[in-house]
This record gives sequence, structure tokens and C-alpha cells, in this order.
Amino acid sequence: MTALLEVEDLRVAYGKIEAVKGISFSVDAGQIVTLIGTNGAGKTTTLRTLSGLIKPRGGQIKFNGKSLKKVPAHDIVALGLAHSPEGRHIFPRMTIEDNLLLGAFLRKDKEGIQQDVQRAYDLFPILGERRKQAAGTLSGGEQQMLAMGRALMSRPKLLMLDEPSMGLSPIMMQKIMATIAELKAQGTTILLVEQNAQAALSLADQGHVMEIGNVVLSGPGRELLVNEDVRKAYLGED
Amino acid sequence: MHELPQQLVNGLLLGSMYGLVAIGYTMVYGIVQLINFAHGEIFMTGGFGALTVWMMLPSGSTMWVALPLMLIGAVFVATTIAVAAERFAYRPLRNAPRLAPLITAIGLSIALQQAVWAWYPGATSSLVFPEIPGGPFHLGSITIQTGDIFLLIAAPISMAFLGFFVKKTRTGRGMQATAQDPDTAKLMGVNTDRIITTAFALGAVFAAVGAVAYGLKYGEVNFKMGFLLGLKAFTAAVLGGIGNIYGAMVGGLVLGLAETLTTVYVAEIPGLEQLGGQSWGNTWAFVLLILVLLFRPQGLLGQRVADRV
Repeated sequence: MTALLEVEDLRVAYGKIEAVKGISFSVDAGQIVTLIGTNGAGKTTTLRTLSGLIKPRGGQIKFNGKSLKKVPAHDIVALGLAHSPEGRHIFPRMTIEDNLLLGAFLRKDKEGIQQDVQRAYDLFPILGERRKQAAGTLSGGEQQMLAMGRALMSRPKLLMLDEPSMGLSPIMMQKIMATIAELKAQGTTILLVEQNAQAALSLADQGHVMEIGNVVLSGPGRELLVNEDVRKAYLGED
Repeated sequence: MHELPQQLVNGLLLGSMYGLVAIGYTMVYGIVQLINFAHGEIFMTGGFGALTVWMMLPSGSTMWVALPLMLIGAVFVATTIAVAAERFAYRPLRNAPRLAPLITAIGLSIALQQAVWAWYPGATSSLVFPEIPGGPFHLGSITIQTGDIFLLIAAPISMAFLGFFVKKTRTGRGMQATAQDPDTAKLMGVNTDRIITTAFALGAVFAAVGAVAYGLKYGEVNFKMGFLLGLKAFTAAVLGGIGNIYGAMVGGLVLGLAETLTTVYVAEIPGLEQLGGQSWGNTWAFVLLILVLLFRPQGLLGQRVADRV
């Protein structure tokens, strides 16, 4: 079986500063794979490169067997790679419903889109209650739900979530993590970037620890969770 | 107070012409944060496009046949120049410091004026624009000049079309998304380069409609007509809240009313007799701009919803 996403020796730089220094990992269909690490480790840069917002300096990205290196950002989502960005980035002055519809921007099947809007409301009932409200008026957690719902609207083969728990209350964070587990149970493949290593590793089939642009440790989520180095560095134990 | 209703109508008509041109400023600004100072000249080339079509038509063509063709000519010329300007003058500077495209816009504005002056036959002075035949149109005590009838019909239709386009079409939604967050719009599959081109083109379409209205209203076109009108339209866009397309129209109407009413009525205020009349209309229009910016810097319809981060 070949991986859905294969990243090989990926290098990304901002000017002279190399933010990602040759990382390799893969994501199999149906899995949750997580990248954990501190601020500045290169996790967000990696995701932004995968979705085409940043051009890599070197290495290979293969999605579904096709190289993404020459594909512009706006065509990548059509291939089945959706990205819910760090900081949520919902469209604040558009309604919740219009935000969701933008997630389906490239789809033409009106009925399917309507079904998926309904599915997003089933997944996050609060969004349905406020569908005509400007998205900028939502709380942080609600905006996160919207960002995830919006990313799902393209019916992605692979959903990339960047820091979905950032800035959320513990209750809201649990709710988001439960949703991620639910999405996996429904068959969605997920690449999860998190600073909350505990939560991310508990969910993940496979985890990769990043430090200043390198993957320093990889393994099944549950193994990393009990790994001494990981516990010391990321789970606040000494 | 003489003929207040008449002056209100005059002001609204003038204002809707400003509004049509203001849309182009506000739309481009909303999407690429560029004040396209060449937009006034794009408006001007629209006027010359319409005139060229008129001169190519067999003499004796009626206005009812000619006008739609002139409108197509205006739209074609203005849109072509706007799209070319975006592609070749602004796009290469997309990631340059803000000042670079701004200076380019001013340069392009001068270049377009001079190109028309130098190369359009007879354009070194004003050229006569055809008239709609028939006398003025009376509605109770209000008179609408024949030249203004086009504006009366075209401005509301244009606005309704624009509102529909932005709110209801897929491209319109892509446009809103690009204006609010271009990177995230790309993640949704929006081809932001194409959206930027569309914004320039659409702005040029409305400017071209405005240019035909200008020609009919004043009976002439000239290579400088985009300068003051462009400045006024830009003022209207800022007045309404730059980036907001409804603001552009509201700003245009407010500006047109202010200019017309101050022109007529300031002279009737005892002690201010010398500050009324045509020559002061522009002054008052810009005084209004300064006042609005002092007390409401975001413009009349500026950002209503707070963006939570």
C-alpha cells in the first residue's frame, strides 16, 4: 500500500533562514498523523508548503502519487488536500453559511454541497443556529469549528489541521479533539499539527516530533506519549 | 431657498456618476490595497472608446441604436486598458513595497492622458460628444436634462447588478474572500490572480458607464476629464469607506449632493456670498471629505463587524 501523502527531504526557507531542513514523513489513508513541537519548529511552515502557499526550496511532496511541487495553491484543494490554517482564518465579514460555501468553492454539485453544509451543522450545531451571522462575531472555539467545517466542505482526502486547540478553553479543546476522533472514525485522514502534545499524541496513529526544522523523533502516538524525552520536553515533566 | 427638490435631484445625479467611478477605486483597494490612481484615466479612455464607436457609425444613426454600441465600445476600451495595466504594470509589483505600485499608478495616469492627447485625432482640445435628441424631461416641478436620463437609468441598474454579482455569484464570493484574507481564499481554491483581474475589469466596466454618462451630461470628452472626476470619485470612495462597494455609491451621492447644494446655497448665507457658486463647489466637496475623515476616519460605511482574532 502506498501512502496518501509522502514528504521526502522537504526543505523550506524564508530568505536565508531555513525553517524546514529536510524532513520526511508519510500519511497513510485513514490515519491520524501528528507533528508536534514547540513554536518555531517548522510545523506551520510544513503545512503551508504542502498546501502550496509557500514554495519549497527542495525535496519532494507526493499526494495520491502526484507531485505537488508545481501545483498552485488554489488547485491543490481540488486534488483533495484541505487545510484549516493556524489562527483559524475564517472570513470575518461573511456569514457562517457563506464561509462554509467557500469551503466548497470548487465543487459544482449543488445538492451535495447542501448536504455537506447540513453535515457541518450536525457536527457543530452552534454553527447551524447562527448560520446567517457574520463569522467574526463567533467566539474563538466556534471559529475553530467553522474553520474545520469549512475545510471539510471540499470533501478532502486529507484534512490538515493547524493548531486547532490554540487559545481554546479546556472544555472547548476537548470538544475539538473529540470531533477529530469522530472524523477519523468516519474515515477522514488527518494531518494534525499541535502544540498540545498530550492531546495530539493520544489521538494519533503516528507522531513526529519537530525541533528547529528537523524531525527528531518518530513513532506511533502511544509510544511517543510514554517516551521519556517527549515527556520531559513537551509534556512538562521532569 | 429656490428649487430645493430640483437641486436635490441634480446632486443625486451628479453623485451617481461619482459613485459609478468610485466603485473601481474601492473594489481594487479592497482586494489589493492599491489606490489605482490611473482609474480616472481608465474612465477617460472609456469616454473616447464611446466617441470612436459613434464616429465609426454611419452618419444619421439614431441614438437609440448608437448608444448601446457606444456603451460596448466604452466598456471594451476601458476594460482592456485596466486589465492590461493590472497584468503588466501592477502584477509584477505585487510583492514590492506599497509605494512602488502607487507611483506606477500615478505614472500610468499621466501616460494615458498624454497618449490620448498625442495620438487621438483632435484630442488636444475637447471633442464634441453626441447628444440624446429631445427636450428635457419634466416631472412636476423637477426638470431632468436629456443628457442625465442615461444616468438616471444606468446608475441604479449598475448598482443592482453589482450587488447581485458580489453577493450571489461564486466569483463574487471569491472576491469577498480574497478581500478579507487572500491566503485563506487560495486554500479554498480561489484563483486570486483571476479575482484581482476581475476586480480591475469590473471597476473599468462601471467607469465606462460613468464615462458615457459624463459625455452625455457635458456634451464633450477630453483627455483631462479623468483627473478631477477621478479625484472626486476617489473622494467618494473614501467618504463611503474605502473597500466597501455600497460605501462607494453612498459616498458618491453624498458628495454630489454636497457639491450641488453648497454651490447653490452657500451664497445665500449672509456674509458668505463670495464662497458660493460654481468655483467653490469643489472646495466644499473636499471640505466635506476632511470633516468626515476627522470624525469618522473609516468612512460613512466603514467596517461594521469587528474582526476577532
